[in-house]
Amino acid sequence: MNARRLRVSAIAAAVAATGLLAAAPALVARESSHGSIERGRYLVYAGDCAACHTDERGQLFAGGRPIPTPFGTIYSTNITPDPETGIGNWTSDDFYRAMHEGVAPGDRRLYPAFPYPWYTKLTRADVDDIRAYLSTLPAVKQANKPSELPWPFSMREVMAGWNALYFKQGTFKPNPQKSAEWNLGAYLVEGAGHCGSCHSPKNFAGAPKRDKAFQGGYGEHWYATSLGGDLHDGLGQWSVDDIVRYLKTGANARAAAFGPMAEVVHDSTQHLDADDLHAIAVYLKDLPPHETGTRSASANNGNNVDHDRLARGRGVYVDDCAGCHMDNGEGIPGVFPPLKGNSVVQAQDPETVVHIVLSGEKTAVTRENPTGLAMPAFDWKLDDQAIADLVTYLRNDWGNHGAPVDRDKVASTRSTIVAARTR
Amino acid sequence: MATKLPPVDVVLVGFGWTASILGQELTDAGLQVLALERGSFRDTVPDFATTQIQDELRYAVRNELFEEPERETLTFRNSADQTALPMRHLGSFKPAAGAGGAGVHWNGQNWRFLPTDFMMRSHTEQRYGKRFIPEDMTIQDWGVTYDELEPFYDRFEYLCGISGQAGNLNGAIHDGGNPFEGPRKRAFPLPPLARSYGTVLFDKAAKEAGYKPFPCPAANTSKPYKNIYGVQMGECTYCGFCEWFGCGNYSKSSPQTTVFPVLLEKDNFELRTHMSVTKVLLDSSGKRATGVIYVDPQGREFEQPADLVILTAFAQHNVHLLLLSGIGKPYDPTSGQGVVGRNYAYQITSSVDVFLNEIVNPFMGAGALGQAIDEFNGDNFDHGPQKFVGGGYIALWTTGGRPILQHHLPKDAPKWGSGWKKAMADNYLRTVSIATHGSVMSYRDAYLDLDPTYRDEYGNPLLRLTFDFHDNEHRMSDFLTDKAAGIAKAMKARDIHVKQRKGHYTIVPYQTTHNTGGAIMGTDPRTSVVNRYLQSWDVPNLFVVGSCAFPQNAGYNPTGTVGALAYWAANAIRTQYLKKQGPLVSA
Amino acid sequence: MSFVPSRRRLLKAALVPSAATVVPLRFVPSAAAESVAAPGQFPFFTAVEFTFVEAAVARLIPNDELGPGAKEAGVATFIDRQLAGPYGRAATWYMRGPWRDGTKEQGYQLRLTPAQLYRTAIADVDAWCSNQKQRPFAEQDAAAQDTLLHGLESGDVKLARAPAKDFFQMLLQNTVEGFLADPLYGGNRGFAGWKLIGFPGPRYNYVAEIQQYGKRYKMPTVGLLGRDGSRTRES
Repeated sequence: MNARRLRVSAIAAAVAATGLLAAAPALVARESSHGSIERGRYLVYAGDCAACHTDERGQLFAGGRPIPTPFGTIYSTNITPDPETGIGNWTSDDFYRAMHEGVAPGDRRLYPAFPYPWYTKLTRADVDDIRAYLSTLPAVKQANKPSELPWPFSMREVMAGWNALYFKQGTFKPNPQKSAEWNLGAYLVEGAGHCGSCHSPKNFAGAPKRDKAFQGGYGEHWYATSLGGDLHDGLGQWSVDDIVRYLKTGANARAAAFGPMAEVVHDSTQHLDADDLHAIAVYLKDLPPHETGTRSASANNGNNVDHDRLARGRGVYVDDCAGCHMDNGEGIPGVFPPLKGNSVVQAQDPETVVHIVLSGEKTAVTRENPTGLAMPAFDWKLDDQAIADLVTYLRNDWGNHGAPVDRDKVASTRSTIVAARTR
Repeated sequence: MATKLPPVDVVLVGFGWTASILGQELTDAGLQVLALERGSFRDTVPDFATTQIQDELRYAVRNELFEEPERETLTFRNSADQTALPMRHLGSFKPAAGAGGAGVHWNGQNWRFLPTDFMMRSHTEQRYGKRFIPEDMTIQDWGVTYDELEPFYDRFEYLCGISGQAGNLNGAIHDGGNPFEGPRKRAFPLPPLARSYGTVLFDKAAKEAGYKPFPCPAANTSKPYKNIYGVQMGECTYCGFCEWFGCGNYSKSSPQTTVFPVLLEKDNFELRTHMSVTKVLLDSSGKRATGVIYVDPQGREFEQPADLVILTAFAQHNVHLLLLSGIGKPYDPTSGQGVVGRNYAYQITSSVDVFLNEIVNPFMGAGALGQAIDEFNGDNFDHGPQKFVGGGYIALWTTGGRPILQHHLPKDAPKWGSGWKKAMADNYLRTVSIATHGSVMSYRDAYLDLDPTYRDEYGNPLLRLTFDFHDNEHRMSDFLTDKAAGIAKAMKARDIHVKQRKGHYTIVPYQTTHNTGGAIMGTDPRTSVVNRYLQSWDVPNLFVVGSCAFPQNAGYNPTGTVGALAYWAANAIRTQYLKKQGPLVSA
Repeated sequence: MSFVPSRRRLLKAALVPSAATVVPLRFVPSAAAESVAAPGQFPFFTAVEFTFVEAAVARLIPNDELGPGAKEAGVATFIDRQLAGPYGRAATWYMRGPWRDGTKEQGYQLRLTPAQLYRTAIADVDAWCSNQKQRPFAEQDAAAQDTLLHGLESGDVKLARAPAKDFFQMLLQNTVEGFLADPLYGGNRGFAGWKLIGFPGPRYNYVAEIQQYGKRYKMPTVGLLGRDGSRTRES
């Protein structure tokens, strides 16, 4: 069907433009406005624009969703074609400047909660296609909410300094030493996918640490695991197919997407076609492990974990978790994620697994996997010490490997969740 | 004055199994479907979460997942010379309230009726003669045959992921399954559940007694299962909290675990909860339904217009609604005329408790984990010498060992005091129970109508139930109990306690929620409320789906047949009714 | 298939009165143990009533060589909390008139809620004792208490207002409930009831054990609030 060819060729065209592709797929003329809109629709899936630009009970792309940042809350903007409150009056140069430089009309600097440091990599043609698609949306009259950042961050001029230090503007440059598929994956991950905005650690100014790209970071109130090749808390044990399956359906035999990643799968990656997902996986599998990573899957527990703690944690596990995750921690592949060998369980920062135990979660709902299996909340049932013991146990049985968790960590995660709920 | 709402194509009244099936099938056909549910929305998490669901007091004793008589009940009497009185708290049967209906809290015991069950009158007359059927026994043929329903039984089984062993594949009898079952086209979607000790001991004893025991078909998944709609289920872990409880790990087949994830996401489907339908509206001709009236929690009335109205509430609620709406001629037991409310039936059960020497860990179980024999069900045996109509299966179920309600003590155990404590300590871990589950025929004097005195919260008359066991049922049940006792003896236990069903039918102890009839299907509008497609004879754009359609009840649990009938009706609507909206069967 | 994120469905649902929206992933405790605000130290009983019930349950399930009885297991506390809540108020029962005596097949037809039945019957029993020149029930010795309980059970003891057999059946049923329900409700303290019979508590996985025929299950007893059998909802 034509749409698929259009999608592949949009991205491949960017790569082909650099002359790298030995045999580029047949390019469809860009003059076709229909083709442009379809490519734009696909790119909007890839960029996951709807997730931030649509509020919980709001209209599509009309903005108003609160985005928590370490500096305060920012509200997403209206990107429907409404001329007064949306972007209907923007020229295509205006739109490109916003995506490429992080500057809106009137020289208004945008905060990098809008991931222009990643979108800067998109080609002009792709950005034009995105705009073509956005222009077809129903116009919604909804004024943008001012952000709630304390001074001096409330002054957008501050961003000039931030950009100077941390923002590397520029379209994607393929790596000639890598395959076309790798480059396609890189373009998707480092560009539209903006995966690093959660999965890369950030410095005190909230800028991603380029030397530690994709080695784990924070997204909203969750810790996003490393995507590097680490065998315990990265993707070292995952195959390319594992990654493709996860992004397409929300689950694989090793893990299930939940929290913000479930949204990403639902709104974005499940809509990408198999070749693009494969390219992403190839790129990710090529990421190096981090410096503190463990090469060997069978490395013994280097941590000195108190045996009594492990016994107590095991008790909690058998009493409360084995009904789904089974006695041996293997869960049911594709249904209840295994905890054995699980990179989220063993993540450097156990924030995510503690969060899930406290609040429960629902897995991604996708076309291929519509079920939306859920885990209940344990916040009322287990106190901080019990959860700390449990998570310490999870991180240290079945060949797993992770530092113990103390109850203060659980307590602070608990209050973060409560604060987020009651906002 | 009711607020009139925008019309929909289909309105479903009540949102349990039948509504979920019809909702899914009719939205797939492109129709815009609205379901109205009196209770609340419920889902696995948080309502049946593993963290809290194994709470016997809350759910099995205080009945949190069931309808509250305060909001919906009926009046009951054994016979017409008595005054019917309200069922003030739940007892003999426990209908559900809330999304998913009884599909949430059932055990999962899932059967196909026998081919002869659908031809109850003609088959019995043919084999035993017309005079074999008592004059006041009003049994009828269904108007549909097992062979016609077979593909729809199959569909329901593959929707649910039934765990079982086929006994009759296309006419070939296979060892290990039920040799008496009607022929099935293919095997069960999942293999049988793991065997508990109790079922192993029963299996051995039943074989020694010359029977052919087989694992009971279970709507508890023996393996992870992805169903016909792409919905993923888990695997049963034998937690022993099935009946009365929701399943916490997606391994009991329910509307939630099999249909909701795909149905609720559809743009052409809508669910409104906390809305009580009080009436089906008809136009001035009385032959066309225009929609329904429902009441919201504030007591405000709404009129919901629809092209097609389908009653998918619990069996007797469907009948109640027909009576309150003046649809169909109410049954009059004196004259024998009329159809709405006639042929109410139920189930007759008994048990034999077996006190073993071995530890059997009753708390490890699943709702449909059982071993059964079918030699005495349906017409699987010669009724001639017995002179009763009907039969049932005999099974040892290990559904759980919940302390308050699922302990059994020997016959002479004290009811309280130190003697009671000792009996509990000595017997709890070492007791199983063999159940007989028997048919109830329909009779002139067993029926539903409107109570003259008692009213519900909307001021509508309550439904009135007039019902008792007849001599036929008692003799049949005693026959089964006797056979069960024979197997119990072969289990070489310390002691057995034979508990026959004695005396009048009483609304007090729980028996089953297998209430049937009142809006029965048939071939003749003078003796049935709906035709063989469950379409109302009187109002062609009204369908009434549920066990209210059964002309009499058979030996098995009804849900499998209810599911099959729902698919059968959905198919008739999709392939016939939508083409030319009118009666599908000429009267 | 058009791209419609799940949020849009929430918007649609909000247009019509409906409860089919997002439910927080949070435990909603049942109302069963809510207390009706009552003066005094107990949610429902007076001190005299509590003493009566404690004495009665101590006979129904006594402390003996097999282990703690209903009194030690906190069954009187359990019943007190139940009667203070919706069960005591018959909140889910059909309690509309007219009121008639029915056949035994027609079940409970009393106008009294469980709370009212207890209150009335306890007073009636002590009044009966007084008429018989006996001490109040709670002050009698065990044998005398047993005799009186048997009399209520059989109906031989006729009370002034409350039907004795109905009261006895409800008391016995609630005693068994209190002895064997999850300790979070105030009874079965220390898992006394469950340990007596060998029920390990709410556990969700017996996949390995179900086919270990004849083997005793060895895991420690657990309740919904954990392995501490003294944790109740109020504590």
